[in-house]
Amino acid sequence: MNALHLTVNGTPQALCADVRSTLLDLLREQLGLTGTKKGCDHGLCGACTVTVDGERVLSCLTLAASIDGSAVETIEGAGTALDPVQCAFVRHDGFQCGYCTSGQIASARAVLREFARGDLSAASFDGCRHAVADGPEQLSDEEIRERMAGNLCRCGAYANIVSAIKDAAS
Amino acid sequence: MKTFAFEHADTVDGAVRSAAAGARYYAGGTNLLDLMKLGVESPAALVDIGRLDLRAITLTDGGGVSVGAGATNSAVANHPLIRRHYPMLSQAILSGATTQIRNMATVGGNLLQRTRCPYFMDPTFTHCNKRDPGSGCAARQGFNREHALFGASAGCVAVHPSDMAVALSALDARVHVHGPDGSRSVSVDEFFVLPGQSPERDNTLRAAELITGITLPPSTLAEHSWYLKVRDRHSYAFALVSVAAGVELVDGEIVTAALSLGGVAAKPWRVAAAEASLVGGPPTDAAFRTAAEVLTAGAVPLPQNGFKVDLARNSVVRALRSASSSG
Repeated sequence: MNALHLTVNGTPQALCADVRSTLLDLLREQLGLTGTKKGCDHGLCGACTVTVDGERVLSCLTLAASIDGSAVETIEGAGTALDPVQCAFVRHDGFQCGYCTSGQIASARAVLREFARGDLSAASFDGCRHAVADGPEQLSDEEIRERMAGNLCRCGAYANIVSAIKDAAS
Repeated sequence: MKTFAFEHADTVDGAVRSAAAGARYYAGGTNLLDLMKLGVESPAALVDIGRLDLRAITLTDGGGVSVGAGATNSAVANHPLIRRHYPMLSQAILSGATTQIRNMATVGGNLLQRTRCPYFMDPTFTHCNKRDPGSGCAARQGFNREHALFGASAGCVAVHPSDMAVALSALDARVHVHGPDGSRSVSVDEFFVLPGQSPERDNTLRAAELITGITLPPSTLAEHSWYLKVRDRHSYAFALVSVAAGVELVDGEIVTAALSLGGVAAKPWRVAAAEASLVGGPPTDAAFRTAAEVLTAGAVPLPQNGFKVDLARNSVVRALRSASSSG
């Protein structure tokens, strides 16, 4: 068992975990934060997406011991009030069974942050040349789909997820 | 998963000492941890190199750019120096994996990722020379749709899955490593190794050597370059074939050309004669087709991947068109 310290949703946590623990298992099993889901456990579906030190990552492929000292934010977040992204998902019916939704929200929030700071996606190269240097001017449907490509939805709510994110971005 | 000893390294030399004692380097973990879950890898010890100061992306004295091996794929793809001077590299990195994975994965790890051949990835399949030398190659007579056209051997037909490496190859990048015997650097082509008789080796790293960074020489290709990735899905899939293409145009004539193929060999595939065939002429479809023919001349299709030959040729033409017209 290894000791590690994480700040989870703003609360410092002193933890003890098997060295093999992923962040996903630690969040769900030790901290009872079951909002983050295990869809595939191999980095293929994105249901386990959380934020570590401000960036979205896959918690199923994060060895907890390797992020000792980091700040983690999960879907449970700091409170129960719905943020604009969550409200947009509700407004646009961006989910059916809800299993992928925690990961979708984590990624959607990140998409807005990444776009705001001028980050590119593969779709950015299909636009005009200065988009590569300066970042795309707006979040088109193509940009949203590409930036959300790491979050699968077996229920097929993709169209509404894109609408929700477009709405939240405006 | 078998358990393992785990420590954080605070210095490069400290990391190398741990590796010399048998520990495996651990950075983003997006491939290694997955292979550990699958039972393909079972290291007895890991040395985490995430705290090492290897993330810098800076201009070099020679007018090129140096990228630390610990820089994340996202950091590299989005860095202003890369976007401005090596957009092909940015495009290649962004065409791989997903944002979540690119936020975790490092430059060094991207080079060291293992093949995704399904026989390699699943220990239930016992015939894999890369995983278990001498056990045979199940892909040769089995599922080989996604496997190599070039450089394969009787023992292994797997491809290297990295998109970043294909662009680094076209951009003449050098890979810098540091080990118990000091520092050295190699070209991307020298870094990777074809399967030959020893498919268990993917690259020429010596025991305990740590990739510390890559350097990109000054490039004249930024204005006209492109990375084209052809795959079964629009996103989040490995390449069937990919092309890194770059040309320098002066008065409507190609004076420099770089062409590298991905998804078709255990290393990015470049043929100097294909690039030479473009130099001195205009950027026309006819010229592009000739280059594509020369580049794919030595293709040796497998029972299920013959489609990749025409796909590679057509993709080269498309990529060169996009490169020539961009900017």
